[in-house]
Amino acid sequence: MSFDIKEYYEELGGSNQLISYQGNITSEVINTILEQVEIKLNSVTEKDAKLRKKLYNVLVEALQNLYHHVEDLPDGVYENLRNKFGSLIINRSENGFKISSGNFISSNRIKMLKDKLDKINSLTQDELKDMYKFILNHQKLTAKGGGGLGLVDIARKTGNKFDYSFHNVNNEFYFFNLNIIVS
Amino acid sequence: MESLSIEGTTKTPTVRFDGDLGVIEIKGRSIPENSIEFYKPLVDWLDKYSKVAKPLTKVNVQLEYFNTSSSKCILDVFKKLEGIHKSNNEVIINWFYEEDDEDMLEAGEDYESIIRVPFKMIEIV
Repeated sequence: MSFDIKEYYEELGGSNQLISYQGNITSEVINTILEQVEIKLNSVTEKDAKLRKKLYNVLVEALQNLYHHVEDLPDGVYENLRNKFGSLIINRSENGFKISSGNFISSNRIKMLKDKLDKINSLTQDELKDMYKFILNHQKLTAKGGGGLGLVDIARKTGNKFDYSFHNVNNEFYFFNLNIIVS
Repeated sequence: MESLSIEGTTKTPTVRFDGDLGVIEIKGRSIPENSIEFYKPLVDWLDKYSKVAKPLTKVNVQLEYFNTSSSKCILDVFKKLEGIHKSNNEVIINWFYEEDDEDMLEAGEDYESIIRVPFKMIEIV
């Protein structure tokens, strides 16, 4: 296997970590993470109300993106991990926070996702606003409640570009890592 | 008509729809994973209300957070109100946002540009 998930997360760890979760992404897990982060932010960690609110907003979208898009694990690899595996880490950065989310993705879905991320990264704030309004007004919600707006919303709120990577697991699966800077 | 009243949770807003007074309120957080389930009774209620709508319907939306899944459902709610407005009833949407919350103000302005109903942006100080 070319991609060692355990090693990968060990490298991401550090003293600046606000929260780190690797496991099943369920509604209850999302509640717990949101609660934890809120408690940590309300204590000494973050005085800037505006940044705190932005982080919380973006975190909700990042978690719910995971919730709506996690795929079952590929057979025969990572036997010790659960299905619906996803990862979410928040680190403090120089002038804000970095949210790193990770999940497995089928090879055939990569192009669509990559195109979307590149497209969003290429747009100005005004163009993102137009894109958001167009999707809001013209696309139906899926049965699960996803609306195709999460990434656009994150890009609009943070004003930062996405940094992302795909790590090969086997022919059919990759591990997708997305870094979001909230500053 | 019967009013609609839902208590808020950490993920869903408090809802008070009073047909006799013509006052509609949504307050709190709206961040459920699947918002369709939550908003369906609201849209259904507005369907019924549209037939007996008051000459003036006052709408107060005061959200601390809402996710993108909710944003579409909120638009559905506003589209129902637009229908009421079109049939010659007055409707006013008061969009409340906390001081300095530019994202929430901008979200209100997004709706204002899509929905043909008068909006009033109100900063809570």
